[in-house]
Amino acid sequence: MTTKPLLKVEGLKKYFPIKKGILGRTVGYVKAVDDVSFYVNEGETLGIVGESGCGKSTTGRMLMRLLEPTEGKVEFDGKDLTSLSTEEMRKTRRDIQMVFQDPYASLNPRHTIEKILEEPLIVHGLDNSKERKKKVREFLEIVGLSAYHAKRYPHQFSGGQRQRIGIARALMTNPKLIIADEPVSALDVSIQSQVLNLMQDLQKEFNLTYIFIAHDLGVVRHISDRVGVMYLGKMVEMADSEQLYLKALHPYTQALLSAVPVPDPDFKKEQILLEGDIPNPANPPSGCTFHTRCPHKMEICTKVTPRLTEHDSGHSVACHLYSEQVDNDIKQLEGSI
Amino acid sequence: MSEFVPKVDGITKNKIEKTAGPWREAWNGFKKSKVAVAGMGIVLFFILLAGFGFLAEQGYLGQNIGLEGINDQKLSDRLLPPSSEYWFGTDDLGRDIFSRIVHGARISLWVGFFSVIGSVVVGSALGIVAGYYGRWVDTIISRVFDIMLAFPSILLAIAIVSVLGPNLQNALIAIAVINVPNFGRLIRSKVLSIKEDEYITAAKGIGMKDARILFSHILPNSMAPVIVQGTLAIATAILEAAALGFLGLGAQAPMPEWGKMLADSKSFLHSAPWTMIFPGIAIMLTVLGFNLMGDGLRDALDPKMKS
Repeated sequence: MTTKPLLKVEGLKKYFPIKKGILGRTVGYVKAVDDVSFYVNEGETLGIVGESGCGKSTTGRMLMRLLEPTEGKVEFDGKDLTSLSTEEMRKTRRDIQMVFQDPYASLNPRHTIEKILEEPLIVHGLDNSKERKKKVREFLEIVGLSAYHAKRYPHQFSGGQRQRIGIARALMTNPKLIIADEPVSALDVSIQSQVLNLMQDLQKEFNLTYIFIAHDLGVVRHISDRVGVMYLGKMVEMADSEQLYLKALHPYTQALLSAVPVPDPDFKKEQILLEGDIPNPANPPSGCTFHTRCPHKMEICTKVTPRLTEHDSGHSVACHLYSEQVDNDIKQLEGSI
Repeated sequence: MSEFVPKVDGITKNKIEKTAGPWREAWNGFKKSKVAVAGMGIVLFFILLAGFGFLAEQGYLGQNIGLEGINDQKLSDRLLPPSSEYWFGTDDLGRDIFSRIVHGARISLWVGFFSVIGSVVVGSALGIVAGYYGRWVDTIISRVFDIMLAFPSILLAIAIVSVLGPNLQNALIAIAVINVPNFGRLIRSKVLSIKEDEYITAAKGIGMKDARILFSHILPNSMAPVIVQGTLAIATAILEAAALGFLGLGAQAPMPEWGKMLADSKSFLHSAPWTMIFPGIAIMLTVLGFNLMGDGLRDALDPKMKS
C-alpha cells in the first residue's frame, strides 16, 4: 500500500443561496459544506460519517463535480478538478466512479442490466461491442451475480443484487477512486455485510481507493482505514479508524460512538445523550457549531470557531478542549472585548 | 451474444428467458382491461376501414364494389333512405353516404395521427429543453405555453386557419399547434421529476454527455404519459378537425370529411336524418375507441412504472 495521496481536498465549500420574493433576491446561504479539507491515500478507504444533513453527500458529489463547489480545490491524481472544463471533467470521470445510496433509484428502469453496465464503456469509447458484452458478463460474475442476469431488468432484482449491479457499473471503466455514498444504508443488515465484504474484496483485487460515506459508525469502522466525522458542514475529527473508535476526542464523536448499539444485553454503558436538534445550517451557531449541544461547552466555544488541528499523529480534531492555543484564543478574545 | 448458455439448471433458465421488459409488462396490464381492448378493437376497425377505402380508391379491389366514385353525383337518387343499394342512404347530391364514410375514415385518422405526432414532437422537444435546462429557457418556453393555453383552443385553431387559408392541411397544422403546449407541459413536468432521479445523477457520474442523458435516459422514461395523452389527443384532434370542417374551415367540398358531411346535411335533419346520423356515429365511435384505449393505456402505464 502506497501512501501517496490520490485525492487532496482543500477548503471545499458549498453554499446554497436562499432566494426569496418574486425577484429571487438572495437573502442568505445554507452552508451545506463549509471549509472541508482532507486527503485520501491510494489504496485506502476513507470513511466519512455524520448525521443526515451534515453535508457528507454534498461533499461526495462535489468531488465528482456533480455539484459545483462554491470554493475550494479538489486535486485528483495531480490535476485540479475544479479548474477542468466540463468536457475534461467528463473524461476524468472515467477514473472516479460513484456508488449510490438507493439501489432502487440508481438504475434506469427501462434498461437491461447489460445496457446499464455497458454504458460507461460506450460513453468513454472503450472496447467494441463484442468485448463490452464479454466484459459485462465478466463483471457480473465478479460482483457475485451470474452472466445470465444480463438480459434482465432492474425491477427483477432484490435490493442487494441491485447494489451489486451498481458496484459493477462503477467498476466497468477500471476507475482509481470510487465514491460510495451510503451504499449499504438502504439494505437489510444481513445483505449489508455481504455488500461490504464484496467491496473489500474488490478493493484488494483492483487496487481501488474508496471514499465511503455513511451514517452508520459500525459499517464505517468495518471498512475504513481512516475516518472523518462531519457535523453541520464541517469536519470535526479525523483519525485512523482504530484510534477513533478507541479514543474519540471530539464530544460529538464521543456521543455518536456511545449511541452505537452493542450486541450484548448485559452490557451497561454510559450513553451520552445529545440535547436538542441539529441546528439550521442556514443560520449556524456562532463559534463552534456544536456548542448548542455540547456537554463540555466553554465560554470560548460560543465565540471562536475551532480549527481542525492535529492532536496526535494522524489524529486531528476541531475542538477547544484540545486546543493548545486555547489560552491564546481566550486572550485574543478578551483583547477584542 | 444470445448464444450464451447459462450455467444454471433448465427450470431457472426457462423462467429467465421469458422475462419481460417494461413495455411487455404494460401490454399485459393493458390486456386485462376488456374495455380498453374493445376500444383498441374499434380503433383497429376504423384503421382497417381507412385502409380498405384507400385500396378501393386506388382500384386494387376491382371495379363495382360500390366504393369507387365517392363524388359521383346521381341526382335521381337524392336523399334516399338506407337500403340494400345504399346502406347508409344518399345525400342531397345523390352520393352514397356509406362509401363517403369509409373514405372519411382515412381523412379523420390522418388528421388525428399526424396532428398529434406533430404536437408530440414539437411539444416534447420544447418540454424537454425547458425541463432539463431550467432557468430562463424554462421561463420563456413555459410563458409561451401559458399564453397559448389562455386562448380557447378552437378559437386559436380558427385564427390559425384564417391566417393560413381554409383547407384540410392547414386545419391539421392548426390542430397540431394548439396541442403543443399540452404535451410540452406534460413532458416538462415529467422531465423535472426524472432529472432528480438518482439514475440520472449516476449517468452524469459515469461521464455521459447531456444529449445522451436526454435521449437515452430522460426521454424514454417520460414517454408513458405522452402515449396516454397522445391517444386521448387523437380523439380530440378528430373532433376538432370535424368542428373546423363543420365551420367550413377544414376540409373543403367535395372531400368526404365527417365534420364537413355533418355541416352539409344540417338542413336535412328532419327530412333525411340519416345524412347526419351516420357521419355522427362514425365520429362518435372513433373518438370513443381512442378514449377507451387511452384510458386503458393510462391504467397500464401511468400508475408509476413498476420499479
